[in-house]
Amino acid sequence: MTEITKKIVSEHGLSESEYDEVLKILGRVPNINELGIFSVMWSEHCSYKSSKKWLKTLPTEAPWVICGPGENAGVVDIGDGQAAIFKMESHNHPSYIEPYQGAATGVGGIMRDVFTMGARPIANLNALRFGSPDHPKTRHLVSGVVSGVGGYGNCMGIPTVGGETNFHSSYDGNILVNAMTVGLADANNIFYSAAAGIGNPVVYVGSKTGRDGIHGATMASAEFDDDTDEKRPTVQVGDPFTEKLLLEACLELMSTDAIVAIQDMGAAGLTSSSFEMADKGGVGIQLDLDNVPMREEGMTPYEIMLSESQERMLMILKPGREAEAQAIFEKWELDFAVIGKVTDTGRMVLTMGGDVVADLPVGPLADSAPEYDRPWVKTECPAPIKAADVSAPADLNKALLKIMGSSDIASRKWIWEQYDHMVMGDTIQRPGGDAAVVRIHGTDKALAVTTDCTPRYCYAHPETGGAQAVAETWRNLTATGALPLAITDCMNFGNPERPEIMGQFVGCIEGMRDACIALDYPVVSGNVSLYNETNGTGIFPTPAIGGIGLLNKSHHMATVAFKAADEVILLVGETSGDMGQSIYLKEIEGREEGAPPTVDLETEKQNGDFVREAIHAGQITACHDLSDGGLLVAVAEMALAGKVGATLDLESNLPLHATCFAEDQARYIVTATSESANKMLENASSANVPLKIIGTTGHNELNIGSELSISIEDIREVYSNWLPDLMTVPGN
Amino acid sequence: MKAAVIVFPGSNCDRDMKVAIEQSMGHSPDMVWHGDTSLPDTDLIAIPGGFSYGDYLRCGAIAGNSPIMREVVKKAQSGTPVLAVCNGFQVATETGMLSGALLRNANQKFICKDVNLQVVADNDRFVGEFDAGQIVRFPVAHHDGNFYADDETLARLEGEGLVAFKYADETGVVSDDTNLNGSRNNIAGIYNEAGNILGLMPHPERLISEQLGGTDGKTFFDNLINSLS
Repeated sequence: MTEITKKIVSEHGLSESEYDEVLKILGRVPNINELGIFSVMWSEHCSYKSSKKWLKTLPTEAPWVICGPGENAGVVDIGDGQAAIFKMESHNHPSYIEPYQGAATGVGGIMRDVFTMGARPIANLNALRFGSPDHPKTRHLVSGVVSGVGGYGNCMGIPTVGGETNFHSSYDGNILVNAMTVGLADANNIFYSAAAGIGNPVVYVGSKTGRDGIHGATMASAEFDDDTDEKRPTVQVGDPFTEKLLLEACLELMSTDAIVAIQDMGAAGLTSSSFEMADKGGVGIQLDLDNVPMREEGMTPYEIMLSESQERMLMILKPGREAEAQAIFEKWELDFAVIGKVTDTGRMVLTMGGDVVADLPVGPLADSAPEYDRPWVKTECPAPIKAADVSAPADLNKALLKIMGSSDIASRKWIWEQYDHMVMGDTIQRPGGDAAVVRIHGTDKALAVTTDCTPRYCYAHPETGGAQAVAETWRNLTATGALPLAITDCMNFGNPERPEIMGQFVGCIEGMRDACIALDYPVVSGNVSLYNETNGTGIFPTPAIGGIGLLNKSHHMATVAFKAADEVILLVGETSGDMGQSIYLKEIEGREEGAPPTVDLETEKQNGDFVREAIHAGQITACHDLSDGGLLVAVAEMALAGKVGATLDLESNLPLHATCFAEDQARYIVTATSESANKMLENASSANVPLKIIGTTGHNELNIGSELSISIEDIREVYSNWLPDLMTVPGN
Repeated sequence: MKAAVIVFPGSNCDRDMKVAIEQSMGHSPDMVWHGDTSLPDTDLIAIPGGFSYGDYLRCGAIAGNSPIMREVVKKAQSGTPVLAVCNGFQVATETGMLSGALLRNANQKFICKDVNLQVVADNDRFVGEFDAGQIVRFPVAHHDGNFYADDETLARLEGEGLVAFKYADETGVVSDDTNLNGSRNNIAGIYNEAGNILGLMPHPERLISEQLGGTDGKTFFDNLINSLS
């Protein structure tokens, strides 16, 4: 067997002190299989060693939370004995190397996390960040990622209903592909991963294990098998059809009571799944690797344990239930193999060909996983940029057109038309609004779902950006009429060993924590992706937030589209006119500067609760939250969606361009009949919510006095064409 | 009135089809597993959308040879009405129940959106509630919906009134601009010669209530169920 040298240890990413800890735990030198297992279990990805200290500070509890972070996904109660199970996860690095398969397997992985817990996935979302639109790789990456996301979700028959996409040069060398799945389960039939029952069979189901995605692609292959595997891609290949079979087979078995525990094999494959199950259950596991279904001959224990082949699950069954389970998996033409048993030794013992190839104590390996308090420095908030410091545009019409056709604002239809967003027949709010809404099948309830983050705010001031990301999801859910319940977070950052990057992480977490507490909106699941960095330049800090909310009566749902002419347009919330980090500043003045808009969480909650109540009371005919681009962009989007124009009166102390484009938070545009508008004004005044009439719907253009007059179709042209034009191959 | 929905392991619009039929028929259709070798007594067979056996090679090619499809073909030949939607249409062309083939979309991309369709041929059983020339709106969701038939077949389909739907705009204009996937003659759906089999790429089962965005699909199923009851 391979001799363990310093070189091999360092190639496995273990530091000297971590390796010393390995020696202490084992009381001997590990063999190569054991070293490989330590290496992945203590990797940043599996151990959260840089982030754990800070993740622990996030609020994770509420009366409606059934299961918070730590399991495969988070679980919240949605009433009537039902639960929503959801999580968002990153697949950044593989998607940059091989965009189609990287994105596809990211989607496959997050769906497994959700159906492992007993839920049928009912909605997929994604949060994508690409480099600058004119970067030579951007088109290739957008095209591949979008096809990959669609290719997997479309085949599975789970609607991809929402998400967000940004373009910025900070992602030129590191794109972000974050995938989220929301599933539906019976609240009293949720499956967890803690192994239990000494002697119970450990069962492997799904695809066969191959040599794909094996950890240590960077490790010199010579130690294993000369050079044959050297060029094997490290990116896994997705097989959505097999995952569809796995989904149906698992749910069928879950409708019996044969399963004790179940865990999907994701990152670090069989190693991570078996250790986590044993550790959570406080038991040992013995595995006979000869029984693992293998795709090719001659696989070593190291390869079997570290393979990241997709579409696999590990389960502990009740004794004597193997035949029943096997029949279900055979019906779905999937592999089924008893590969071991639960033991009382507290050790993970692996055998192959009659030899013990690894023998490790489960508890100490998990408990001694490193946890670092990495040095960090705070990012100071830049000075705000006041309205008076930003000059008015020469022509408001041209400024609006420029912004509506800009990379941050333009329509994402080119992307979501490649996703089947209607399959399952419950999508009652399609992509393109504030949040997507899917009905709970066979009921009048619905879930609103969204993902949001404004990375330029997070970069300028992490605390504000972290709070804003959480608040924006909350606002987007509220704008549909839903009551926000909980979030999942996908924390994408650069190298945490650099104090300024660690400071971004800490700052974002602090802002998120404040927002979660203030909005009564806990974190129930999440994922951390660090080292998103190329040549010492990190990405913008990007804590992507996925939020879900509940509509008890789906017919209460609001949408962004203007519904009819001669309705009153109202603005909820105050406008300071600060222009720092605004799209206007970026697009019209070419400046990415200043403080992001202030996030006042108390106001956020007060204004949002007011809007939601008005939606439920039937007073609102359309509702849109204000975010990127500000008020005029929101009005334009509502006009485009409804094919109805608007005439605005924006008299105030502020310059008109600040009123139009400042990105103050906690604001909404709503429409109402004049009767309902009066009622709302009364209610707002007693609730102390700033609400004022800013215009009327009608005609086919947007008008503001003599300052703005532009047809909706002119706006639609720039808004709709930007992304298709970008993606059109020159010469075709 | 009884209906049966064929379920392949990779079908994913089987539930949507069941819901749509149930809504119009008042009770559930039979769900028939792909490995079964016989069909229940039924007045309508629906082959739903999805990715029958993964469809990594040619959509519907393996499903076309499945045990249950041999039975479906026999029943269809003896006159049982068959509704083949999306992947079902692909499977039906693979068995030869319907003419032509469905190729990859001309733009090489999956397309999911509502489309306007011109109702072309009169076929009371399937589109009795609609008039020839009328525009209906159903969604599409496919990667391989580009209908192809050779010139002779195409002429026969057009000449014998076997073209069911064409991709159009909201005013009924059928043109290259409204041809979303490259289909010959903008064809979105066709009948067999006997008129008892309808294959179409769009999904009528997806627009069966105002809440879902439209009711043309409900009208379609109401008519179909009524005409067979």
